[in-house]
Amino acid sequence: MEIIRGRVWKFGDNVDTDVITPGIYVDAPMEEMKKHVLEALNPRFAQEVSAGDILVAGKNFGCGSSRETAPDALKALGVAAVVAESFARIFFRNAIGIGLSVLPCPGVASLFQGGEEAELDILQAKVKNLSAGATLNGQPLHGDILEILSRGGTLPLLKSLAEKERIPKP
Amino acid sequence: MGMTLAEKILARASGQERVTPGQYVTAQIDLAMAHEGLAAVFMNLARAGWTKVWDPSRIVALLDHYVPAPTERSAEIHKVVRAAVKQWGIQHFYGERAGICHQVLPEKGHILPGMLIVGTDSHTTTYGAFGAAGTGIGFTDMAYVFATGKLWFKVPETIRFDLQGKLPEGVMSKDIILSIAGKYSAEVAQYKAVEFIGPLAEEMSLASRMTMSNMAVEIGAKFGFFIPDQKVSDFLQGRGQTSFPLISPDADAPYEAIYQIEVSSLEPQVAYPYSVDNVRPVSEAQEVKIHQAFIGSCTNGRLEDLHMAVKILKGKKVHADVRLLIIPASWEIYQEAIKDGTLEALIDAGAVIGNSSCGPCFGAHMGLLGSEENCIAAINRNFKGRMGSQKAQVFLSSPATVAASALEGKITDPRNYL
Ligand code: SF4
Repeated sequence: MEIIRGRVWKFGDNVDTDVITPGIYVDAPMEEMKKHVLEALNPRFAQEVSAGDILVAGKNFGCGSSRETAPDALKALGVAAVVAESFARIFFRNAIGIGLSVLPCPGVASLFQGGEEAELDILQAKVKNLSAGATLNGQPLHGDILEILSRGGTLPLLKSLAEKERIPKP
Repeated sequence: MGMTLAEKILARASGQERVTPGQYVTAQIDLAMAHEGLAAVFMNLARAGWTKVWDPSRIVALLDHYVPAPTERSAEIHKVVRAAVKQWGIQHFYGERAGICHQVLPEKGHILPGMLIVGTDSHTTTYGAFGAAGTGIGFTDMAYVFATGKLWFKVPETIRFDLQGKLPEGVMSKDIILSIAGKYSAEVAQYKAVEFIGPLAEEMSLASRMTMSNMAVEIGAKFGFFIPDQKVSDFLQGRGQTSFPLISPDADAPYEAIYQIEVSSLEPQVAYPYSVDNVRPVSEAQEVKIHQAFIGSCTNGRLEDLHMAVKILKGKKVHADVRLLIIPASWEIYQEAIKDGTLEALIDAGAVIGNSSCGPCFGAHMGLLGSEENCIAAINRNFKGRMGSQKAQVFLSSPATVAASALEGKITDPRNYL
């Protein structure tokens, strides 16, 4: 897996899936939904985030519902990875499932300020603040999870399974 | 050493003699539930080139989040769900006349102790009230389950809440779980399994247990178990199930932590915006003006919740500035509440009764809030924007506290009305 470098957007503790993608937009097309990502916490975010940016957050990131729109919309906006003090379980699974890199890293919230440059090595679970020159070790991801992430998520895995079983395409 | 409920179920489902916390396993799924999320699962499977599912008899699909469809967009989603159900031959489908998934599945006899169940909904933990390992997953994981019948799991540590004492009048199991969140935080059980045990857990009705298992996910849990007992067997009688073994954790199972919860002097609790662990006792919550009051959802839309509301509201009128919305969690409950006079008493008091569905709970169906409005709700989440405007506030409480607050137009101690 490649090293990720990008600009940091900072968020606090308990960022829930309802603020990531509000309920009223979850059945809207992605083009519409992504305009509202995290707007209750930072109205500038969805407009100003650019491809390759990295989210750094506090504890329990992604708590709340099972809506996969949350990691989906972050990915659609170009977010390259989320590093947080800790993740809520379903968000963590969903991010891996759709191929969005995530890394639990206690202490990371105080390592960064918004706008600084981060370098992320998911494989080695290392986080570096390029602006300030500090490094932290995160909690390494299990091999099976790294495997799914390196394939770009669970769907590519399913696709190759489908081909193996020679299931006729619709 | 013995195993906890989570370990026993994951060991069985992954074909191993024993598993230990931290281990990754691939487990066979006993039952998969999908609500409107089925539309997204369908699209994922199509994208991956799958045209059939592993076992159409092990999938339950239903419509509950937008029922009846409030917008053209949601009507289209319902169409996709119905088409997918037909195409895959899914054997259990419940449309507009059933209710909220976590209420309907137990009622229809789909949930048995010891099962491993995944659902496209975070409150799938509710099935823990029946001794089943239920947990929420997303649409991509569910596509994998639909295709293969399997999923990877990390075996969780288990923590226990030992429930002791007798609940004072007007204090409900909702108040216990809110006080646990308030005291130990919204992530005390992050990625862990929870077992609610002790004399009070045994005494509790299934409905009260379901409220706590439901909200186990609000303290981060992957599973939220009660130990299945005779009450579970009695409930399942006549619901299409034959016999099944009652499962229990081993006496020498390892627990990461055991918390003693003594409830004898517990007050009704209120979770302030915007987090379930921002909890205060009702006595410290006076003078918060209420515009809407809501009793319903998979957390508190059951008959015992409606009965509690009647106890407080009967013969009285809801405050002129408050709209009280009540939504029975299922058709079965709705019909029972008609038969026993519950709905009539509630309507007389000024309640609007909604169709069995999620309603305003997640912010996309009727009963939403405008800016600067406050709602006291017997539901499970009070995130910013969860019930409409991002400038609205939702306060979480028991149905008793909601009912009393509806009478006074401000957050009110239900014990004043009992
Ligand atoms: S009632 Fe609310 S919490 Fe329960 S399944 Fe529906 S939206 Fe989710």
